[in-house]
Amino acid sequence: MREDDHVYLSLAEEQDDSRWAFGTGFEDPLHGVDTTVPDGVDPVELAALCLGLGDDALVASQRLAEWCTRAPELEEEVALANIGLDLLGQARMLLTRVGQVDGSGRSEDDLAYLRESEDYRNVRLVELPNGDFAFSMARLLVFSAQRLAVFERLAAGHPDPVLRAVAAKGVKELAYHRQYAAEWVVRLGDGTDESHRRMQEGLDTIAPYVDELFRAVPSGQDVREVRDEVGAVLAQVAAAATLAVPDFEVMAGSGRDGVHTPCLAPLLFEMQSVARALPGGSW
Amino acid sequence: MSVSQRTTTSAREVAERVADPELPMLTLADLGVLRDVAEAADGSVTVALTPTYSGCPAMAEMRADVVRSLHEAGYADVRVTTVLDPPWTSDWISEDGRRKLAEYGVAPPGEAPRGPVPLTLGGVRRAVECPRCGSRDTEETSRFSSTACKALWRCRACSEPFEQVKEI
Repeated sequence: MREDDHVYLSLAEEQDDSRWAFGTGFEDPLHGVDTTVPDGVDPVELAALCLGLGDDALVASQRLAEWCTRAPELEEEVALANIGLDLLGQARMLLTRVGQVDGSGRSEDDLAYLRESEDYRNVRLVELPNGDFAFSMARLLVFSAQRLAVFERLAAGHPDPVLRAVAAKGVKELAYHRQYAAEWVVRLGDGTDESHRRMQEGLDTIAPYVDELFRAVPSGQDVREVRDEVGAVLAQVAAAATLAVPDFEVMAGSGRDGVHTPCLAPLLFEMQSVARALPGGSW
Repeated sequence: MSVSQRTTTSAREVAERVADPELPMLTLADLGVLRDVAEAADGSVTVALTPTYSGCPAMAEMRADVVRSLHEAGYADVRVTTVLDPPWTSDWISEDGRRKLAEYGVAPPGEAPRGPVPLTLGGVRRAVECPRCGSRDTEETSRFSSTACKALWRCRACSEPFEQVKEI
């Protein structure tokens, strides 16, 4: 057999039947990583931080995956799926970390599949339905800009080495996501009258949900600095795209406290349906 | 070092030869994801791997391949751990690995950016050499490709599309 004929063979050959196909038998993404919580780190606070950041990534990833078979071009479908995959990887590590430090022993799957919408802690921006492609690009731009700013700070100085490492890895990915979204915003904004109109509409649609991103900045980080950094990115992109940055009015409540739009429950219903129909099943 | 050598090939050599599941022309050592191979006095082996991307779906596969190869080489007690820090960079792809990528029709990555990556709009990107005809008259057609670690390019000279390993 040729060497490259059997790249996935070992999965089939392993004694474990649950790993009969590529991508099944999900296992601990922090396998073999030292999971001790360092002295001086409050486990409750660390778990809450990882849960919020993990839920942001998981829900954003699910919305990106919904573009499969629906994106305007095949290349964009591949791009959005890849960005979603990066975020899913971040979510897996962060949710695994939650179960390690909160004392509950819950796995990433328990946390992803067996919680109701009111127990999710993601910001509301990521749960909004996709709609227009321009809206999704506006959302991805502001989401990845905020997450990048937050992750850079976590990578530079968070006392938990696991979160620090997850953030350091994520920084590289998020810079790439931000670049991708920014290029689309410019292309659509500085395009035809129709694409300009729809891109502006996309920015206007996300405007009420942007302030919540800044209220979700982890404690210990300078919120003003993060806000300015994200604001500068938006201003830079909007100028190149001939678009206007809308005002970010403050909307009551926060996804970090379990306040969500009615859009989250149907998203979770779909994402969790197989796991709930076959409890404990592996596939 | 193992006291009682049961095979002539060291565990490191075995692990270094394992092929990457997504880029099978490269070994895990070429790709730079094999971070450490430690052989204990009792013959047990601990292999440290790092993921290229957070969501890399090939990690479980790499782990299984490493364990299987070492078992076949006579190492019964094998443990594979994940290392997240420092994060993988495409700069860790070996010279040998870069040559093999190009031979396979995949453009190797340029130097990875260091420090915070600024957002650049409308800037001129690095010219990537076509791995088929060597022309530098190429253009990026998509920032993403069949796997998270690659982008899609096209050569204007020979009209062939090709993949490029991204710089991260």
